[in-house]
Amino acid sequence: MIKLDEITFWYDGEAEPTLADVNLQLDEGELALVAGRTGSGKSTLLGLFNGLVPHFTGGTLAGDVLLDGESIIGRPPRELVHLVGYVAQDPLSGFVADVVEEELAYGMEQLGLEPQTMRRRVEETLDLLGIAHLRNRAIRSLSGGQQQRVAIGAVLTMHPRVLVLDEPTSALDPTAAEDVLATIARLVDDLALTVVLAEHRMERVVPFADRLVIVEEHRVRSGDPAELIATSPVAPPLIQLGKLAGWSPLPLSVREARRKAKNFILENPPAVSEKTYPPALAAKKINVHYGQFVAVKDVDLTVGKGEILALMGRNGSGKSSLLWAIQGTGDRASGTVNVDGADPAKLRPNEARMLVGLVPQTAADLLYLETVDRECAAADSQAGAEAGTCRKILDRLAPGIDGDRHPRDLSEGQKLALVLAVVLSAEPHVVALDEPTRGLDYPGKVALAEILGELAATGHGVIISSHDVEFVASVADSIMVMAEGEVVSSGRAQAVLAESPAFAPQVSKVLGSKWLTVAQVGDALRRGGAQ
Amino acid sequence: MHPGAWWLWALGLAAGASFALNPFLILLLIAIAALVVGACRGDAPWALSFRYYLYFGLLIVVMRVVFRVLFGGGAMPGDQILFHLPEIPLPEVARGIQLLGDVTVNEVLLGLYDGLRLAALIICVGAANSLANPKRLLAAAPPALYEVGAALVVAVSVFPQLAESVRRVNRARRLRGDASKGTGAMHRIVIPVLEDALDRSMTLAASMDARGYGRSGDASRGSRFITGSLMLLGLFALSVGSYGYLDGTAPRVLAWPMLAGGIVLAVLALRSAGKRVQRTRYRQGRWQLAEYLTAASGIAVAIGFKVMSGQQIQVFFPDVPGLPPVSMASLLIAAIGVLPVFVAPQAPLAHDPRNGEANDQA
Repeated sequence: MIKLDEITFWYDGEAEPTLADVNLQLDEGELALVAGRTGSGKSTLLGLFNGLVPHFTGGTLAGDVLLDGESIIGRPPRELVHLVGYVAQDPLSGFVADVVEEELAYGMEQLGLEPQTMRRRVEETLDLLGIAHLRNRAIRSLSGGQQQRVAIGAVLTMHPRVLVLDEPTSALDPTAAEDVLATIARLVDDLALTVVLAEHRMERVVPFADRLVIVEEHRVRSGDPAELIATSPVAPPLIQLGKLAGWSPLPLSVREARRKAKNFILENPPAVSEKTYPPALAAKKINVHYGQFVAVKDVDLTVGKGEILALMGRNGSGKSSLLWAIQGTGDRASGTVNVDGADPAKLRPNEARMLVGLVPQTAADLLYLETVDRECAAADSQAGAEAGTCRKILDRLAPGIDGDRHPRDLSEGQKLALVLAVVLSAEPHVVALDEPTRGLDYPGKVALAEILGELAATGHGVIISSHDVEFVASVADSIMVMAEGEVVSSGRAQAVLAESPAFAPQVSKVLGSKWLTVAQVGDALRRGGAQ
Repeated sequence: MHPGAWWLWALGLAAGASFALNPFLILLLIAIAALVVGACRGDAPWALSFRYYLYFGLLIVVMRVVFRVLFGGGAMPGDQILFHLPEIPLPEVARGIQLLGDVTVNEVLLGLYDGLRLAALIICVGAANSLANPKRLLAAAPPALYEVGAALVVAVSVFPQLAESVRRVNRARRLRGDASKGTGAMHRIVIPVLEDALDRSMTLAASMDARGYGRSGDASRGSRFITGSLMLLGLFALSVGSYGYLDGTAPRVLAWPMLAGGIVLAVLALRSAGKRVQRTRYRQGRWQLAEYLTAASGIAVAIGFKVMSGQQIQVFFPDVPGLPPVSMASLLIAAIGVLPVFVAPQAPLAHDPRNGEANDQA
């Protein structure tokens, strides 16, 4: 139905094309999952479908895009809205109206539809997406999952034939992400809509996908997910487990994997760690208010030297507010924090950061100089560290970054490494990271996990907040789950993750609660415990 | 609330302030604007920008006074001299300009009053900006005004978004232990903020485009050009006309004739544009009692001040030096501007205490 014919695309000033000789055909009513490493050109590929590339990005495009045999290349996005609907990565920055109903109607107003038709389609879409009760709400007051559904609805009211979604769940907590993906799957079933979807956390989408499109080294491969995923450069834990166990064909869903795992019995589950840590940070009765709104309520938190603590919970459950309050820069209505006998909130900023270093969610806010080298030099002088300290840390975290590059041109992972290096050059006792896995692919997460492990090994206390169950399972020693600003459960990672179905990683869904990660299974196999 | 009502109210207050030079009346109008903003605004990003307009107003007052001191000069005999600065002789080319010299009480007071009046105009616009949702203003613009309206709205909405970015970046800066102030700090805030603003505008623009904004339909390039030029000429004539009308010393030909010409051009442009626009409206923002009362209260202040300034010249243009007198009538007229506090409905809140939901971005 939609076809890319010999597409080659160059961004201006790049030595190599981002996409070269791409041929891709998608059929009607198909859900295609686009996968690839960060920076491989997934977003570029998606932008081709509705003309955002090259109309908004610039660059040189050759080849042809055909929709039902008609060439749509060269037409700007606004002239294609009734054919191709596009939902961008961060829905909040793309909303045009402020109330849900107006947002849904906006696109139809541009199309010049009759008010009667608009009204009907708004009602249909509200029901289809299950957001009828939100119709009069201010969009900013909605949760992330609700916002994402509004963004999808706003495009659906124009009745497009193809729906393109760029990482629709990257900012969502596990439950909200499931909801959004279930909604998308239903759209494919009910409306015979063709859906093209890019997603980093593939584990959630692979079971629904009819076609897998892999973007790799400027090329695109597409085919049946079960066959293609074996050679994909990025693969969810389930697939890695399948490869390790030698299952064929590889299981795409947890259910399939469970059936295969019946004859796969592992001995010697990893020992539950009973290690205790000397305390690095102890926070007592932390409260954070914004006006009337209570963001954090009476939270106690301790993290030990060498311990990695993960904060989990819905969007808006107070994780970020808690991290900022602990660091001392954010608001704190009451409560005490003790790091080495001092409270960071009572110190000057440059003293507080030597106790607790925080990498915020929008990490790039910390960067303001023109080159990586100058950022590092500034970090050294701000921390009063020896010249070259920051660069040395950066080289350990992400080797090979050219010192003359502009920090904004770095990939997400490199940017994160640079900010972390800046924060670490002050040698804080405790390091806190707010949602560090955003925009990182599986290899990027593995690298981050190694970095965090190294920090813990050198006696730092580490706190991360994350939605990413698989990542948390691979790094965290203990976990604290928050809801509505309060702690709802906390304890050893193994216990907390196994307790809750929403937070269980894929490996424990398949093999039982004693197993959390593929690495553990790998270790057990090496020890020769499999039959 | 319809954004148009807030703009009419604010522009009414601003017009009222422009008819007065009495610092008490102007301060009262500023206080009223601040009170209404405090009582009626929501907690959206654009609503939090009001205090930046206040700072900007303060800056204007200071600048006006400083300029009066620097370039004032020309003390008349009998004027009370505040202090004396050595006059710097200027070359013949700059005749008529005096640098430093005697600083009189009159000069400083007039500078102060004048600066206050200008600050009041800025603050009233800031009030409208904090109260009215720029996006809804865009939606409320007549279809034909769409293109120009969009550019205006983007320009006005950049500032409030910057305010939010500045706060976020400033907070992040402290994580680097960078407590520096002055130009170094400016650099460190301005660069991430501008990059942020650019990113956001591009995202919004791309998203609007991907939602069909600016679909040209069947309009030809020529007809778009005609519409655009008519519109720009009309707006130009309207602005010159209103300037001529408000500034009594401008030649009269700039006042009514320009205004009328501008209106004619604008109507022509609207008709030309309306012919090709295929946009429809989902639900018209309706004007209800609250909107009418709000707009009327602003306009009442403007008309009241205009009329009174002719009758009570002493009150509206007080002599300097001396304590400016106020009259009960002028105070009562200014007080009409508070009306929105009682009639306007509460703006929707994101951190709504009743549903306990909020974004984790705080």
